[in-house]
Amino acid sequence: MDPKVGYLLRQGDNALILSQQLSQLCGKGPALEEDMALTNVALDLLGQTRMWLTYAGELEGKGRNEDHLAFLRDAHEMRCCLIVEQPNGNYADTMVRQFYFDTWHYFLMQGLAASSDPRIAGIAEKSIKEVSYHLRRSGDLIVRMGDGSADSHAKTQAAADALWMYSGEVFLYDATDEAMVAQGVAPAAEGLRAAFLEHVAEIFAEATLTMPPADAWMQRGGKQGRHTEHLGYILAEMQFLQRAYPGAEW
Amino acid sequence: MDGLAMPAAAIDQVWAWLGEVPDPEIPVISVVDLGIVRAVEWDGGECVVTITPTYSGCPAMQVIAEAVTEALHAHGIERVRLVNRLSPAWTTDWMSEAGKLALKGYGIAPPAQQVIDISGLHGVKRRAAPALAVACPNCGSLHTQLTSQFGSTPCKALYKCLDCREPFDYFKCH
Repeated sequence: MDPKVGYLLRQGDNALILSQQLSQLCGKGPALEEDMALTNVALDLLGQTRMWLTYAGELEGKGRNEDHLAFLRDAHEMRCCLIVEQPNGNYADTMVRQFYFDTWHYFLMQGLAASSDPRIAGIAEKSIKEVSYHLRRSGDLIVRMGDGSADSHAKTQAAADALWMYSGEVFLYDATDEAMVAQGVAPAAEGLRAAFLEHVAEIFAEATLTMPPADAWMQRGGKQGRHTEHLGYILAEMQFLQRAYPGAEW
Repeated sequence: MDGLAMPAAAIDQVWAWLGEVPDPEIPVISVVDLGIVRAVEWDGGECVVTITPTYSGCPAMQVIAEAVTEALHAHGIERVRLVNRLSPAWTTDWMSEAGKLALKGYGIAPPAQQVIDISGLHGVKRRAAPALAVACPNCGSLHTQLTSQFGSTPCKALYKCLDCREPFDYFKCH
């Protein structure tokens, strides 16, 4: 596979699966404002998914459009990182997952906006405006929950610790990622990781949370199609209609 | 080619027709006033309209594309092609003054300022979120408060007026 197709699938799948996860909270948010925020973020991510997967399908040249790629690939063909498929859990779990993702996503979009591929740069330029909102909001909530009640602090710290091992996969580059760096398409891992750690440290300090060690063992495999058990259930719900009624349209 | 190319005045006419196509979510503002029509040109006998999305997931974009095509068909242009352009990314700075006034009359507070540079990290620092002076579209008071960063559509936030007590939508700077 052309490494660029693989790279685009990773971007699309990250946004797609996280969007699906957030969509499942529609109508279940802890407050009306939170409910709207979750679904707005989900909608932004879905729009970004469409841009990534459409480009991936065109470049691949096998006639697969965004819908084929989203609804007709099984778990081992999905290229999302493990963090986005982790369960919604309690609201601290949902927001810590979002904060780790948003922080990386923001710096990645900043890097991709300078991509040597003008179409990728255009998608990143569009996305970063939305991702900035996402990051500002998730950082804000981490501070409110971390520096809130004893209960909210404990839950947020527990989520921060439990999800930490999924936060580093995005910086573990394989041959696909390195090919993109070599072509000037994508930013290198080192700079992204340093920016990520600095921002998390700053927000966690304000949130009175203890940041897990930067050199901790990081889970990996999602980018290569080896997923946690959660992804199959997510796909089962997301893809049901197209699997049961192939080609169904509105 | 000469037989098919339209004179420049016709392009102005197409812009005027597009100026009558309402945004499906906020029908008091046209797609031209919203700033999402980026170019109109003729390519042979085909009218090419370039539009840019407001937010990447905005569900109104599909409806807008259909409305634009329908409107031009209704004015006798048979062949219409829509081009989606991402870059430069849409900004509320492209919204016309007429559009902003129409929003206000409709009860939606228009963007309160030119878009600040949000590409730098300062834009995502929690405490740096700008406290904007958003005027209540009902009574004009600047004594207002943000209720929610996100509202009923991707482009809006929720505010409330602390004087007349009315809640209202605010069209975010983007």
